[in-house]
Amino acid sequence: MRSDIVTPSNERIDPSSVPGWGIDADPQNDPTYPYRIRDTDPGSRADWERPPLQSEGPEILQSIEHIRRPAVFGTANPPRGLSGMLRRAAFRWSESNWLHWLLLMGADRLNVVEGIAEDIGRGIVPNLPAEMGVRAEWRHNKKGFAIKAATAFAVAGGLVLLLRRKGSDTAARRGRGL
Amino acid sequence: MRAMDYRGPYRVRITEKPMPRIEHPRDAIVRVTRSCICGSDLHLYHGMVPDTRVGTTFGHEFCGVVEELGEEVSNLEVGDHVLVPFNIACGQCHFCQQGLFGNCHESNPQATAVGGIFGYSHTAGGYDGGQAEYVRVPYADVGPVVMPDWMDPDDAVLLTDVVPTGYQAAEMAGIQRGDTVLIFGAGPIGIMAARCAWLFGAGRVIVIDHLEYRLEFARSYGPAEVYSFKELNDVVTFMKKTTDGLGADVAIDAVGGDAKGNMLQTLFGTKLKLEAGNAIPLHWAINSVKKGGIVSVVGVYGPTGNIVPIGNVVNKGLTIRANQASVKRLLPRLIEHVRSGHIEPRKLITHRVALDDVADAYHLFAAKLDGCIKPVLVPSQA
Ligand SMILES: NC(=O)c1ccc[n+]([C@@H]2O[C@H](COP(=O)([O-])OP(=O)(O)OC[C@H]3O[C@@H](n4cnc5c(N)ncnc54)[C@H](O)[C@@H]3O)[C@@H](O)[C@H]2O)c1
Ligand SMILES: [Zn+2]
Ligand SMILES: [Zn+2]
Repeated sequence: MRSDIVTPSNERIDPSSVPGWGIDADPQNDPTYPYRIRDTDPGSRADWERPPLQSEGPEILQSIEHIRRPAVFGTANPPRGLSGMLRRAAFRWSESNWLHWLLLMGADRLNVVEGIAEDIGRGIVPNLPAEMGVRAEWRHNKKGFAIKAATAFAVAGGLVLLLRRKGSDTAARRGRGL
Repeated sequence: MRAMDYRGPYRVRITEKPMPRIEHPRDAIVRVTRSCICGSDLHLYHGMVPDTRVGTTFGHEFCGVVEELGEEVSNLEVGDHVLVPFNIACGQCHFCQQGLFGNCHESNPQATAVGGIFGYSHTAGGYDGGQAEYVRVPYADVGPVVMPDWMDPDDAVLLTDVVPTGYQAAEMAGIQRGDTVLIFGAGPIGIMAARCAWLFGAGRVIVIDHLEYRLEFARSYGPAEVYSFKELNDVVTFMKKTTDGLGADVAIDAVGGDAKGNMLQTLFGTKLKLEAGNAIPLHWAINSVKKGGIVSVVGVYGPTGNIVPIGNVVNKGLTIRANQASVKRLLPRLIEHVRSGHIEPRKLITHRVALDDVADAYHLFAAKLDGCIKPVLVPSQA
């Protein structure tokens, strides 16, 4: 098993015990000036005075790189459904692991399908052209509109033909079976 | 209340959502009077940002009227008209203490590499954004600034992101008097960076894009020399030629991962998503800046990684500086610049769209139709 525990041989080194410590230190050599205020950098520590903690609400997924829950967080759209399971799984890996992001991207795509299913479940057929801003395309890009409309028409027409063919195929096969 | 509702890549609509409520003693509820769509929103809209959940409301550039205050917010009053920085920052943590309000450690559980941002996916904290009638504003005692009487709300809404980001892009470039500044991207951010480069003493400002109408805008607003990368055989070679063979002193990436202009990068970054967006602006910036030069990056890329010529960064001895803008840190100075007229933000606004027509506004801005530079959404009750 790997462990992050500091072993005795890895004890913190007292800088002043190192020969030559700081002899070339140059406070002017600060590439972060002016957007980082060095004077208020207390060195590596996490014990600032914390804001009051937001009370727990819906499920929050948390990066394993955090040592504790940040004081404030967003509560929009908690993880749900299959995409939610994928998202939970993703948070087993750190932000530096590709798998973490890959799973989240996968969950995002799945979530789109869930969104459409949910819409239909509530009796809403999502108006895809409107959601994609077709009115702006119509008003300001007639050529693009025509190409898109023609493509959509061709795809829809093709689908209908395909379905009909399949339908008559299976009907024919059934006919033979009978 | 009515709010923008993300349904999947290229699909948004307006939906009735529950009113936001105070969830923390330092929260405020703000009734939105203006909100903008940003180039950053396009990364979300195109499905490039991991953990962008269906049902989320985007919008990190907004101003509005304080409707309700948590018990610990004493510097604001109900009825104040405020502009709200896009960063959600506690003001106290290790990073906020150093002025790094774009890197707060107390506002985003889902990731450590980025602080909380309004309406910017769960990777940036899972907050609903301001493209809505109302919005929850956490740490309302830190971010929001009451708009002075003289300020136009159209200027105010651009002070929440565009102006500070353009300004910080120039600031991070470490521009010295007389420097040649090369800016990639003639969107609102690149245009503002061009304007601000002069304030830092630039000697030449050059802007690269491929949209003629935006280049024209940058040419007069910056002002700037402008070139279309479509008409240049090779951007880098051209830059060398126009700088006595040396390269620009500094280069600014104001494009980010939705860049165009290179087949391989488009394939890997945009289509296959094997890298976190198309990184060609970084290539061009790194390769056209002079040895020992500085590359300042405000263009947004995803969290996984990009193909960039890091070997050239080493061999040329470059300095790369990058960040999310620290809006609150810069506001006092920038409000002065707006008051004095050195920066005129609202000239960037080309389209004013009713919040209800949010889907059209997204498409218009994403497809760069009708000469769009910056669209602002206005809720009907605002
Ligand atoms: N760091 C921050 O705090 C911060 C804040 C706001 C925006 N941003 C980022 O800044 C970037 C620009 O934002 P915007 O609102 O101006 O977006 P925008 O989409 O309006 O503008 C981007 C411009 O870049 C141009 N472009 C595309 N490929 C190019 C290339 N290879 N070379 C040169 N130009 C190219 C496009 O034609 C477009 O005009 C985005 O990535 C956005 O996310 C960062
Ligand atoms: Zn923005
Ligand atoms: Zn903080």
